[in-house]
Amino acid sequence: MRRYLVALRAIVTREALRFISQRGRFLAALVRPLVWLVVFAAGFRAALGLSIIPPYQTYITYEVYIVPGLCGMIQLFNGMQSSLSLVYDQEMGSMRLLLTSPLPRWWLLFCKLLAGVAVSILQVAAFLAIAAGFGIRLEPLGYLAVLPVLVLSGLMLGALGLFISSAIRQLENFAGVMNFVIFPMFFLSTALYPLWKMAESSPLLARICAINPFTHAVEAIRFALYLEWNPVALFWCVAAFAAFMALALWGYDPARGMARRRAG
Amino acid sequence: MTGLIVEDVRYSYGAKRALDGVSLSAAQGAFTALLGPNGAGKSTLFALLTRLLVAPEGRITVAGHDLARTPRAALARMGVVFQQPTLDLDLTVRRSLVYFAGLHGLSGRGAEGAIDAALDRLGMRERAGERVRALNGGHRRRLEIARALIHGPEVLLLDEPTVGLDAASRAAITAHVHDLAAEGMAVLWATHLVDEIATGDPVVVLHRGRVLRSATASDIAGSGSLADAFLAMTGEEAAE
Repeated sequence: MRRYLVALRAIVTREALRFISQRGRFLAALVRPLVWLVVFAAGFRAALGLSIIPPYQTYITYEVYIVPGLCGMIQLFNGMQSSLSLVYDQEMGSMRLLLTSPLPRWWLLFCKLLAGVAVSILQVAAFLAIAAGFGIRLEPLGYLAVLPVLVLSGLMLGALGLFISSAIRQLENFAGVMNFVIFPMFFLSTALYPLWKMAESSPLLARICAINPFTHAVEAIRFALYLEWNPVALFWCVAAFAAFMALALWGYDPARGMARRRAG
Repeated sequence: MTGLIVEDVRYSYGAKRALDGVSLSAAQGAFTALLGPNGAGKSTLFALLTRLLVAPEGRITVAGHDLARTPRAALARMGVVFQQPTLDLDLTVRRSLVYFAGLHGLSGRGAEGAIDAALDRLGMRERAGERVRALNGGHRRRLEIARALIHGPEVLLLDEPTVGLDAASRAAITAHVHDLAAEGMAVLWATHLVDEIATGDPVVVLHRGRVLRSATASDIAGSGSLADAFLAMTGEEAAE
């Protein structure tokens, strides 16, 4: 057991050190949601009227509504970016090094995921602190309650990225995946607009939003921030994590050969 | 049985057969050269030996542990230097080694001791605080060899480790690894450069996925040079 934890610590430390040395990445991760919060939300505030929907108990401004969605967006980008680094690692050989460790492969990949989640939580914390500076303050306990949910949603989005990284061959393809995964997941979710708003314009799109795992991640985060319990969203996050993780492990199975395409 | 034993390993990429019944062994205390031109199947063999791929047929044994049946025990006894660099350029030398030690479950004082010993062995102790980015190609390779030794492996695999290095670094690294073999390590060194092989070294000549010859370098060379013999066997130009 000790060996497992030592490896976990080594992998998380490496990821954190890499993250610190890439200041540009941290800045980009912060600026992206802040632009949405400060610019996009200000413009949309007038256009979009929000009624009182759970977990909110009073009228809220649009900025307040999109904060949980932007937390999710940070994690979505981070999950995809970690897997971008995996694709890069494979090409640099660090993934090979990782996989020659004498620990089970599922554990190594899980450690890699947790390391990415830790980084994403740092980003979310920084974002929430700045949002508080703009006057969007939540219940103090909400910041604590959201932590375990962020771990779960981060794992789920990271596992999706991991699966994608096992399935794509080159960095070039990744740009396409970003467009076909990140944007649809983000826009077809409740991050920017509540489900009923979407249903008003298109019932079909609303139905797609309702099954999008990212929607459930955002809702789980939203409810946790307001100290409410959303078992349905949490269940969907767990189920989606299990499914994505199974796919990722299948993708990295040596008998199938992740290195098949580049060895020889 | 010690060292590395490969028995009748076959592997195909779709319809293309990359390895066709390869058998070889790398004994303890010997520097075994896996000599083959580009495309001979050396990298595929290394991917199988390090379990990035799993061979559907054949058997690989590392220090007595079957790689297919007890992969973790086998991997724990194996040190690997990959052909591509696998270092994080922004970490310091010591940090890179601490990371690797952690992957093998080593931490604290045990890891520190193993790291210092590995650095001393390759003469890199005084560079421990430098960033990897600051090292030249030869030192980066040395660092990767030092890293491969941290967990005290019995078998050391190196896949064309001198690619891209200047003549002096190449000679130094080849000599270091010969010393490691002389101290009792089982070494398998893949290369297409005959001048990295000493006359007494066992050589396995791999060509188009098959083992053409397995003997000491002097036996293969006969009355001529190893380069000529290699060229005659594979019909391709050997690099000096």
